[in-house]
Amino acid sequence: MDRFRGHSFLVANVLLAPTMLWLTLFLVLPLLVIFVYSFGGRGAYGEVELGFSLSNYTKAFSPLWLPVILRSFAFAGIATVLTLALGYPLAYFIAIYGGAKKNIFLILIMLPFWTSYLIRTYSWIVILRTEGVINTSLSWLGVISGPLDLLNTPFSVVLGLTYGFLPFMTLPLYASLEKLDKSLLEAAQDLGANRLWTLLRVTLPLSLPGVVAGTLLTFIPAVGDFVTPDLLGGPDTLMIGNVIQQQFLSARDWAYGSALSFSLMAILLVGIFLYVRKMGSEDLM
Amino acid sequence: MKRKRKDQRTKAKGLRAYVALVYAFLFAPIVVLVLFSFNDSRRNAAWQGFTTRWYGELINDGPVLDALANTMKIALVATVLATVMGALAAYALTRYRFRGSGLYNGAIYVPLVIPEIVFGVALLSGFNAAGVSLSLQTLIVAHVAFMISFVIVIVRARMSGFDRALEEAAMDLGANEFQTFLLVTLPFMAPGIIAGGLLAFVLSFDDFVITFFNSGVGNTTLPLKVYSMVKFGVTPEINAISVFMLTFSSLLLLLSWRIQRQSGKPVVTDEE
Repeated sequence: MDRFRGHSFLVANVLLAPTMLWLTLFLVLPLLVIFVYSFGGRGAYGEVELGFSLSNYTKAFSPLWLPVILRSFAFAGIATVLTLALGYPLAYFIAIYGGAKKNIFLILIMLPFWTSYLIRTYSWIVILRTEGVINTSLSWLGVISGPLDLLNTPFSVVLGLTYGFLPFMTLPLYASLEKLDKSLLEAAQDLGANRLWTLLRVTLPLSLPGVVAGTLLTFIPAVGDFVTPDLLGGPDTLMIGNVIQQQFLSARDWAYGSALSFSLMAILLVGIFLYVRKMGSEDLM
Repeated sequence: MKRKRKDQRTKAKGLRAYVALVYAFLFAPIVVLVLFSFNDSRRNAAWQGFTTRWYGELINDGPVLDALANTMKIALVATVLATVMGALAAYALTRYRFRGSGLYNGAIYVPLVIPEIVFGVALLSGFNAAGVSLSLQTLIVAHVAFMISFVIVIVRARMSGFDRALEEAAMDLGANEFQTFLLVTLPFMAPGIIAGGLLAFVLSFDDFVITFFNSGVGNTTLPLKVYSMVKFGVTPEINAISVFMLTFSSLLLLLSWRIQRQSGKPVVTDEE
């Protein structure tokens, strides 16, 4: 039947070659470079001295830096829970009640998903800063006498992460709720379950792959994010991303920065791998 | 029965209100940016009257225009490269089943799941290890590396609806393999390629993190310019640039989705 079959292997590889060459040169090899760097040390002029030492890894998890890692996971974790609390009802509403306007509702979520994260984060500075929208409004109303410290706090960082990653949570949730067979919901209600019970015993379990996919897609970039803590945070809200940035751009300890980057990636890739083995990759992409 | 339906409606009313609040949360900051980009006050958040002054100042702001020019150069070249390579790869992955295709499929997802900052510092380290100094060219190379996968995913979604009998028919009618591709397969792929290209352009245009680590000296793009301006403090000009960038990206995205929808794919599947 298939006339291409004879040389299909060759043709396919030729067509894939440019992409694979590009990804090898500009993704795989660079990752190998930081892997090698991560066992090295910092030279006198900020250059990387290659070597084989695990000291960068022990340093990453030392009492000095461990809090940064824990904080990153904590902030990302809280933000993930918040996006779930905001995103699940949103996805549920669009999937079940969206009707003819479904696409409009979705586009309104996808636009922020694809537009500049930097600018969306910046917009919170305009709102939260001392002369910002909230402080100006509240003092005009006479509610406060002096400005509130809203910016550069754990609050503003978690808020920024929640805001930034809400679409990342909502879209996979929607994808799995959309697939849900609505007659199952009716069946549950006909059998006497109230809406809460239907939600807990039917909808939620069936949308679990979407919940896990959304959680990963939110949590992963949130842990490694540096734009949000950099713009909305302060010295006591440092996250892994900030430390990686400092090591590469100001402290010039690339070896340590590489070890942090590699640890971050390894932890997250293991998480994804476990997820895909259990649930399949369908809802993730 | 009747009572149950009424019960449902009141429940949905609570849900509707909640959803309205979530949408308000999503868009309030953007509305604020738009509003204050027209506010006739340099310092604070109180409304002082309508002005288009900040947009006017942008048009005469040399460094901002230079940054915009860099952004456009990078995005245009990187989009062409990523789209051509990505379309070829997507064609190969959907058209042929062969040993190792699973590995290729996996490789394509790596740029999509790897934390952006790790991608950024790895590229910086790679260029450093290879002794390549940073320039607009290295930025283009870096952008292509993260854009290809998005193009592949979108073109592949389009290809999944392709009826191979059309190719068979063309070849039965005497077309050779290359003519078949050019006259039958490529026109079918075209909407996916255009939509993927537009999306890739937006990703490049808006990219901050990877650009931040690989820009070197003097290769400022618009997002980098915004970042450095923000570091000096909030100004109405930043609001105006922001509104420009959001509008520009949104228009391209809407165009991309429109093309995908017209070619028979629902909006939901376009995203990845």
